[in-house]
Amino acid sequence: MNGPLSPNSWQYRGLNAVNPGLDHLSNGLIDLVKAGHNVMAGSADLQYSNGLNRFAAAYPDRYISFGISEQNMVSTAAGIATCGVTPFVATFASFLALLVCEQIRMDVAYSAQPVRLVGHHTGISLGFYGTSHHATEDIAIMRSIADLAVISPADGPQLEAAIRASADYDKPIYFRIGRGRDPVVYKETPTFTFGKAHEHLKGEELTIIACGMAVHGALEAASAMNADGRSVGVIDMACIKPLDRDAILEAASRSKKIMTVEEHNVLGGLGGAVAEVLADEGIGVKLKRHGIYDEYSLIAPPTHLYAHYKLDAAGIRSVAEAFIA
Amino acid sequence: MSGSSGGTARGNSFEPTPDVVAMLKERARFVRLETIRLIEIAKTGHYTSVFSAAEIFAALYYDVMRLRRGDPKWAGRDRFTIGKGHAAVGLFPIYADLGFFPKEWLDQYTRLGSPLGDHPDMRKVPGVDFSSGSIGHALSNALGMVLAQRWTGERDYRVFCMMGDGEMQEGQVWEAAINAAQHQARNLIAIIDRNGYQLDGRVDDLMNIEPLDEKWRAFGWEVHTVDGHDVAKVTELLRQVRADDERTRPCVIIAKTSKGRGVSYMETEPGWHLGYLDPSDAEKAIAEINALDA
Repeated sequence: MNGPLSPNSWQYRGLNAVNPGLDHLSNGLIDLVKAGHNVMAGSADLQYSNGLNRFAAAYPDRYISFGISEQNMVSTAAGIATCGVTPFVATFASFLALLVCEQIRMDVAYSAQPVRLVGHHTGISLGFYGTSHHATEDIAIMRSIADLAVISPADGPQLEAAIRASADYDKPIYFRIGRGRDPVVYKETPTFTFGKAHEHLKGEELTIIACGMAVHGALEAASAMNADGRSVGVIDMACIKPLDRDAILEAASRSKKIMTVEEHNVLGGLGGAVAEVLADEGIGVKLKRHGIYDEYSLIAPPTHLYAHYKLDAAGIRSVAEAFIA
Repeated sequence: MSGSSGGTARGNSFEPTPDVVAMLKERARFVRLETIRLIEIAKTGHYTSVFSAAEIFAALYYDVMRLRRGDPKWAGRDRFTIGKGHAAVGLFPIYADLGFFPKEWLDQYTRLGSPLGDHPDMRKVPGVDFSSGSIGHALSNALGMVLAQRWTGERDYRVFCMMGDGEMQEGQVWEAAINAAQHQARNLIAIIDRNGYQLDGRVDDLMNIEPLDEKWRAFGWEVHTVDGHDVAKVTELLRQVRADDERTRPCVIIAKTSKGRGVSYMETEPGWHLGYLDPSDAEKAIAEINALDA
C-alpha cells in the first residue's frame, strides 16, 4: 500500500492532473493564499474527488484531513473561523447538505461564521452511485437557512471567480458544484458578484434561468432555437442566494414565458426561488420549472441520466419548445 | 483569572492556597444563588445542571483560565465551549461579574428581547466563545479553536470544553475525540460533568456510557478523574493540565459530580433536570446553599 502509485490509479491521476477533475477548487484557494488571505481547507476523505489534494500538496500546513467525520468537520471549521481563519471544507453535497444540515444551521449560519462549505458532485452527477450520493434537495435546504449564501457555478472558471470574490464576503457560503467535468461556459475569466445574475442572451418568447451544469445546455438549446427563428434568452443564476430579483423581474417584463432549469428537485430549488419572486410581485407570466420532478433518480452513468431527465441541451430544447409551442 | 503559576506540570505544586480555595467556594456559592435568582425570573430552568458544575465553573473562570476582565474578545484568552448549554444560566452571572456585559442584563433574563436565554448565544452574549444548544457540537468547536493556532500565531491559549455525561451518547463527540487525538490537539482540555443523570433518568440505565475512562484512553486521550465538588482538587488538576507543556495529546477530566449538588432534595429526587422552585422551596434551597461547605 505504501509503494509508488500506479499511473492508472485514481490518486496518481488526481495528483498529476491527468483527470480534468476539480482543479478549479484548489486553484481558487491557492489564489487566495497567494493574495495573502488566511484560509485553510479540509475534506472528509475525499481529497482526490474534490481535487483538494492539489491544494494540500501546495500548502500541506493549510490542509486538514478530517477522516470520515463530516459533522465534526463542519463544527470544527466553525471553531476555526472564530479565530480569524477562513475555512473551506468540502465533501459530497449529499452528505454536506443533508447529513450536516443542523451543524450548518447552528454552528455556521446562525453563529455567523464565515465558513465556506463546498458540496461537490451535486445533483445526479454521481450517476450510478445511487440516491445516497445524489443531492437533489441541497438548494432547497441550504437556501432556507438564514444568512447563508448559496452559489451554484456553471463551470470551473466561474467557481474560481466566486472563490476569489468570497474574500470580500463576510457571511457563510454554500458552494454547490459538480464533478469537475462540466463543459466550459466561460472561456474568458468571468467576474462574479454576489447577488448578481449573468445574462447571456435576451429573448422575447422565453427566458431560461439556469444554474450549475444546466447553464451550458440551456445556452446550446437557446442558440439552436434562436437559429430557427425563435427568441430565447438565457440567464445564469449562479448566485441563488442572495437572489438577483431585478434580473428575474426584467426577464419577466421582456419575455412571455420563463423557464428554470436545474439539476435539482423542481420543489424548493432555483425554480422555487424564481416562482416566489414572480408571485411576490404579482407577475402573471407563465413559468415552467424544469429539473427532477420530485422523484429519486434512476441509476445510470451521468450523461445517460442527463439525457433521460432532459437536462442536456437536447432535452432542455425539447422541454422549452413544448412549453412555448 | 491569573492562570497557572509556579511549579512544574509533572510536579505537585499546583495546590491552591487556603485563601484561593475560600474565594472559589464563595464564587461557586454565588453561581448557585444567582442561578436560583435568574430562574425565578424565567419560572423554569436547569438548576441541577448548574449545581453539578458550579465548582468547575468557579475554578475555570476565577482561577485557571487566562482572561482579561472587561475584554471578552481578547485574542490571547483561553476559550470555553460547553455542550451542556442548558447550564448557561450559571455562566451568565460570571460573565457579568467579569465585566463582559452589564450586570443589569441579568435582571431581564429570558424576557422579550433579552440576549440571555436558556442556551448561550455568541451572537448576543459577550463572553460566550461558542453558541450551544444542540448537544454534541462543542468538542468539535473547541477542536477548531485549537487547530486555528496553526494559522493565527496565537499559540498560548488553551481551549476548555465542558460536556455532560449524557452527551457521551452523541456520535459527533467521538468523531471529535478521534480527530483531536489524530491532530495532537494538546491545548484541548475536555471536562465531563459526570453527574449521572440526563433528562429521562439515570444515564447508565438509559444508555450506559461506562467504562468512560477506558473509552477516552482508547481514543488516544490523557485521562484524569476528580471529585468535581472538591474545588481545591478541581483547581489543582486544572492548573496542572493547563500548564503541562510536555503533553502531546488532548486531555479529558472526568469530574465525578452530583446533580443538584447543594440542595438536598434535588440531589436525591430524580426529575429535577428541568424545574421551578416556588418561593418557599427557593428559600429552603438558598438556606442549604448558604450552609454548604463545598
